[in-house]
Formats: sequence, C-alpha cells, structure tokens
Amino acid sequence: MILDGKSPAGPLAEKWDRRRHELKLVNPANKRRYRILVVGTGLAGASAAATLGELGYNVEAFCFQDSPRRGHSIAAQGGINAAKNYPNDGDSIYRLFYDTIKGGDFRARESNVYRLAMLSNNIIDQCVAQGVPFARDYAGYLDNRSFGGAQVSRTFYARGQTGQQLLLGAYGALSRQIQGGSVKLYPRTEMLDLVVINGEAKGITVRDLVTGEVRSHAGDAVCLCTGGYANVFYLSTNAMGSNVTATYRAYKRGAFFANPCFTQIHPTCIPVSGNHQSKLTLMSESLRNDGRVWVPRKKGDQRRPHEIPDEERDYCLERKYPAFGNLAPRDIASRAAKEVCDEGLGAGPGGRGVYLDFADSIKRLGREKIQERYGNLFEMYEKITAENAYEQPMRIYPAPHYSMGGLWVDYNLQSSIPGLFVLGEANFSDHGANRLGASALMQGLADGYFVISYTIADYLARTTPGLVSAGHPEFGRAEEGIRENVRRLLGIKGRKTVNEFHRELGRIMWEHVGMARSRQGLELALRRIPELRAEFWENVIVPGSGNDLNQELEKAGRVADFLEFGELMALDALMREESCGGHFRVEHQMPDGEAERDDDNFCHVAAWEFKGMGKRPELHKEPLTFENLKLAARSYK
Amino acid sequence: MDLTLYVWRQKGPEEDGRLEEHAAEGISPDMSFLEMLDHVNERLVREGREPIAFDHDCREGICGTCSQVINGVPHGPQEKTTVCQLHMRHFRDKDSIYIEPFRAKAFPVIKDLMVDRSALDRVIQSGGYISVHTGGVPDANAVLLPKNDADTAMDASECIGCGACVAACPNGSAMLFTSAKVSHLAALPQGRVEAARRVCVMTDAMLDQGFGNCSNHYECQAVCPKGIKAKFIAKLNREFIKSFVR
Repeated sequence: MILDGKSPAGPLAEKWDRRRHELKLVNPANKRRYRILVVGTGLAGASAAATLGELGYNVEAFCFQDSPRRGHSIAAQGGINAAKNYPNDGDSIYRLFYDTIKGGDFRARESNVYRLAMLSNNIIDQCVAQGVPFARDYAGYLDNRSFGGAQVSRTFYARGQTGQQLLLGAYGALSRQIQGGSVKLYPRTEMLDLVVINGEAKGITVRDLVTGEVRSHAGDAVCLCTGGYANVFYLSTNAMGSNVTATYRAYKRGAFFANPCFTQIHPTCIPVSGNHQSKLTLMSESLRNDGRVWVPRKKGDQRRPHEIPDEERDYCLERKYPAFGNLAPRDIASRAAKEVCDEGLGAGPGGRGVYLDFADSIKRLGREKIQERYGNLFEMYEKITAENAYEQPMRIYPAPHYSMGGLWVDYNLQSSIPGLFVLGEANFSDHGANRLGASALMQGLADGYFVISYTIADYLARTTPGLVSAGHPEFGRAEEGIRENVRRLLGIKGRKTVNEFHRELGRIMWEHVGMARSRQGLELALRRIPELRAEFWENVIVPGSGNDLNQELEKAGRVADFLEFGELMALDALMREESCGGHFRVEHQMPDGEAERDDDNFCHVAAWEFKGMGKRPELHKEPLTFENLKLAARSYK
Repeated sequence: MDLTLYVWRQKGPEEDGRLEEHAAEGISPDMSFLEMLDHVNERLVREGREPIAFDHDCREGICGTCSQVINGVPHGPQEKTTVCQLHMRHFRDKDSIYIEPFRAKAFPVIKDLMVDRSALDRVIQSGGYISVHTGGVPDANAVLLPKNDADTAMDASECIGCGACVAACPNGSAMLFTSAKVSHLAALPQGRVEAARRVCVMTDAMLDQGFGNCSNHYECQAVCPKGIKAKFIAKLNREFIKSFVR
C-alpha cells in the first residue's frame, strides 16, 4: 500500500493555515460529551491533556510513574529550539525548517517540519507565560545558546534543566485542569492494550500497578504520548521505566510502525564503568559549545590527558568538519567517536571514550563562567565518575538516547487506526533519520499544545460521542488477554532473571543494530532475537503474584515486548539498503567513510504492518516528496 | 566490598513492617546505590524470593522518584545528592547500612521502600501554577524580567518534588516544597497576579493533606538534593502575611 501523509496542498508557509481551515470544529457545548484518553504525561502528554481539558473535553490521563511530573522529558538538559531570531544572527522559520530537514538527512516530511518550526515560537511565548524561568541577560531579555547542526543561536535554556522546567510548566497546566475537574488522572497505571472496535480506537486496557487490577477505559479517541524505545538497547540514557509497550501493542492492533531502525546514539554520555551498569547518563550536547573533543594521536597512550601536548592530540571533529567543528550533528559526532575508538585511540579504561576538554574555554572565559553555564553537569559528572572536569577533561562515549522512529501518523498526527493519535517521541514524524539537539522538547510541546487540539476535533466531529462503553465484549477480551499474559509470566518459574534477558537483548542490539550495521550482523540479530525470545518464555523467572505491586512482573512484560520489537528494528534496518542519519549501513558509505544515501530507492517512510506472530510484517511505503528543498548530500564540512 | 543491609520490608499499607537483614557481596565502589540494590534483588529473584520494592526511574537525579532513608538520612550521606546519584565509593567494606522508606503521616507506605507521595501533587493542584490558557499569550520578550529575579525563580523551581524535606522534618511538614513553588511564581511578573490567592490555597491544601507546620528545624534544607534554601520558607511566610494586606 502507498501511504498518504495527507499533507495539505499549497505553499509551505500556508499549509497549516489551510489545514486548520479545512478541519471541522466541535462546538463548546458538545465538547464535554467526548472523552479523550491520553496515555503518558511527559511533555507531549501533559501539554495535550491540559490543552484538551481546558477546551472542555473530558480527559483521562494515565502514567506509570507515581506523579505526572516525572515523565522522562524531565531529564532533557540543554534546551529547546525556536526560530525567534532574538540574537539577530540570521535565523528564521525557514532556516529552522531547513536545518531540521537536513539534520534528519532528508527523511522527514517537509510539511510537518515546517509546521514545527512555525509553532516553535508560540511554545516559547506559552512557556514564559506559564512561568518557566528561562535564562535571561542583565537587561532582562531571554538568552540563547548554540546547539549541534545549526550555525545560529536559537536554543532557549533553563540552566541544565530545561526539560524539567518545561515539564513543570505543562504539569502546572495539567494540575490546574485536574483541580478544575476536566482531567482525571490515573498515576501508577500502565496501558497494556489498545481496544479497537469496528476499525477505530475506542479505549485502552490498563493494569493498576499498585493493586494489580486489570481494567478498561473507554473513550472517543486515544492519544499515545508514551515516548521512545531506546531501552531496547538495555543501556541507554532513557529512564529505567521507559518502554515500547504502549506503542508496540498498538502496532499489534493494527497501527503501522514507521522507521523503527531510526534510533539516535548520542555522542556525549558518560562511558560504561562495569557490568553492574543499569543505565547511561547523558552529558548535555550544550557542552560541545565550550568543550573540544580529542583523542591522543598515539595508540595506547597511557599518559594523563594534561601531559599530552597539543600537537600530539587529534581534535577529530574540528579536523573532519571544520565548518561545524565540535557542533557537528549527533549521528556524525557519535560515528567519529566510534571510529577513533575502533582504531585503538580511545581514552580511559577499556579504550571506549574520547576526551571533552574545557581547558581552553576556562582559560578564555574563566572558571566562573563555565560553572554558571554547566555547573550542575560538572557536578553530576563528578558524582558518577569521581573526576573533576574543571581540572581534567571529561571522558565521553556515545549511547542510545532517542528514537526518531515510532508509530506512523499523518499530518494530523492520526495513526493508521482512526481515532488513535500519536504525539511526541512516540510518533515518527518530524526528525527523519536523525534528530537535532533541543528539538525533542519542541516537538513534544508543539504536538501537545498546538496541533492535537485542532486535529482531534476534526475526528471527533465525525463520530458519535460515547459510542461504546467499557462493557463492550472487546474490552473483556483484551482484559482476559492481559490476565493470561500475567499468569503465563508468573507460571514459567525458570532460572534466568528478566534483567539477564534484557541485558542479552541489549548486547545483540548494540552489537548488530547499533551505530554501524551490516547485512551479516542484521541477519545474525534476526536469528538470535527469536531464539532469545523463545528462551525467555521457557526460562524466565518472575517471583511474586499478579495481585499486588510487582516490579519484576512490570519489567517482564516490557522486556517481552522489546524481545519482539527488536526483531522489527533489525528487519527495518536490513531492508533499508542505504545509510542515512543515525542509520549507518557499512555497505553504503562514501570513500571518506561518510553516509551514502540512496534517494532513488529509499526516499520514503517505511511503515510496518503487523500480520500475526511468527509472520513477516508487511512493508508499506510513504514516498517523501521535497517541493521546497533540493535533495542534497548532507555536508557539515 | 561486602556489606550488611538492614532493609525495611512491608507487604502493604495495612501490614506491619520490619527490618530484614540482607548480605550485599562483591559490591564495586563504582556502583550507584540503586545498582547495589539491583544486585541484591537479582540474587533474591534467582532464589525465588520477592525482591525489595523501591521507587526509581531516571537515575540521573532529576525525576525525583527515588525515595529512601539511608542510615537515618533521606537520600543518604552525600549532600545535595539523590539516592540514584549516590555511589558506593562513599561506603566502606563491611559497613552496615539501614535502608527505610520516607516516613511521614502524609506518605503512606505502599510496599517496602515505596511510599505514596500524591499528597504533594494535590498541593500543586490547589494552585501551584499560573492560570494561563494555551495560546493567546504575549511575545516572550514582551515582559522583561531582571536577571536576579529570573535566577531566584530558577533557584526555587529546581525542586524535584521528591519529598525528602517532608521525610526529614520532625513535623512532617511540606513547607520547603510548598514555599519553593510559591517563591518561584511570586518572583515572576506573570505569577504576581495570583500570588496572594496562591499562597493561601496552597498552605490550606498542605494542612488538608496531613502535612505538619514549620518550626524552624531546617532539616529540610540539609537533606534537599537540589539545595533548595530554607529562606524560601521565609518568603512563603512573607507572601502569606502580604495576602492579608490589600
């Protein structure tokens, strides 16, 4: 099937206006007759639930955390992009659009990205009105910093805690609606199935994580705002609870999964310290504003970093990408780090690390200025590594961080199941094959505050409110399926823990579906993952019962889904016979080692349709057409 | 390192709890405290026993989910550090470590080390925000904000809502938490409009939710992983008094 993204016609800058005019509205008195289920309360979910509640819809919001203030958007450090052009350095909506498309290696929809760039400015206004304390200069104006993949300063920030501050803004707006009664909140509640009736999404089935109760919620539409799936790698910068379950189970109910192989490996994370490692910690990309990346020129150089003179250092990013230098996009910076480490030039224990050195900036700006900009990051680095980055360079290494892939959605953020909308990182729409720094927060909030309220109304206006109740037999079947799954997991009583399986899956994914992918490796992964999954269902051990709080059981369900999803990722990576953005196929590279894209055969979105367990999913394509930008080789040199 | 843990085990809110002894063997100093607990839990699971339940998520010190009292101190011995960012190099071989949940009247225990902190959410719901609708707001640079005020607002809004302040307070008071939100918003021109009403409804909600009052012990400031200062409590009191003067 050729998929239609349903982008509006007309000139780029008028598309969103045109669409908003075409969309049907729901009159204020009718809004309260509709019930919308919002799953996830990170930036996308909290902003969507708050905005829809405020418009008068009945909203139910769900999160697995104990509070809606804890979604993993909170961990975003560096900032949020907007095309305000406050510094007068040449920025514009069009340039943010261009940078984002190019950063994504021409694998995103023009119309979506342009809308995102337009809405970026509204987001900053909204957040300031909510009381988000962005950094200011001494005259009281908002301050900006630079981020990777851009030559302008368009990133707004709140110390190293931008995600937290934006989320608290959205959480405040959500809290206000909860108080007003338009949003009902269900914390510590995990969505485990999507209920589709007559081809449309009409509810979800959840498990109460405290009591173990499995129950259903019916609604007129469902919004999934459940984040990304980088935890398929076991070690990632995601929170421990981040998972693919909600989107994967929607996929199994008929929603197409788009570009699952597009995952982002972030260049600046603290290297792994041992087998006990449970997660990886990101050091904000903003550090690359003032830090220089280097490795020793000599293999196995055992000297301490400050003993190595300048001429014996290789500032690899500055050497390879003189125009962007240390601010090259994430996929490129990550690959450069991997290359030098593969050559045996890596720093630190195990040789898997490069230096990020602040000595020059400290000399130029003084320690105080650096402390003001990055103080909390340096503190965090010291807590984890017991090293002082003011006195010696940080050691960093790439780590899985973000998923550009996600459920397929059209321009209206509606998935291939009518009534199922997907927002934020959970959808695939705006970042192509690589996301630029400070753009995730932008997308989550654009979707939640400014897009969904228009597009969901169009769907609702065409449906009858309250069509089905949770008494419909389809809900009963979904509940029984979940209970059966719980019984099965508890009944295996094998010998290996859930973590052991997850770690093993992570090793396969990192090795073969990570930063560099080959046909041979992917085929190996496609054999190994089903074997591991079969072993999981025979040999996993999950103690306790299903009738109370059981964290091992929660984890087991999520890992079971990762064990299926990993295979889909590897399949998608195998079918995409080109290199683009974060997807690097070793067979497809230029003589100088840069990614070689194949626009003739792969300038499309790959959307996968579930066809049943043990059956190969069907591939549908959405061709990407570029009416405004010319497809060009991406160069940061 | 080999350690002896005394861990609070409690099946549910209505059951009695007790300290249970567990050995933590072969612990690396580079492990985080939660990774040490993961290690113990792996063994318990392999033995078919129930692992120790504890809240955690981001493991970067920002989500505010982790909530343990270690050797009598919420978040443990290292200053300005959440449990997830505390590393085992701060302990010595053969140490005994006592691990308990955050304890306060407003935080009922759910299981083992997990407590229900939704009372804090209800304090925010009562009015801990600026009542702005989505859309229809002025340009972000239309209202200037002196850098000092922006910095004060940011200092206060760094609160991660973990509830350590409540657990440390002999009165089980949420005064530091509430004052941080009141001060953050009161420092901004956008937040001034509702300042008087906000401080009243939030302090009322605080008492309704079963939190005690402040009697100046400053234990909250000592344990706050984000270094929120007790001066914000003074600010809350000032805002409270101001709310009577029109």
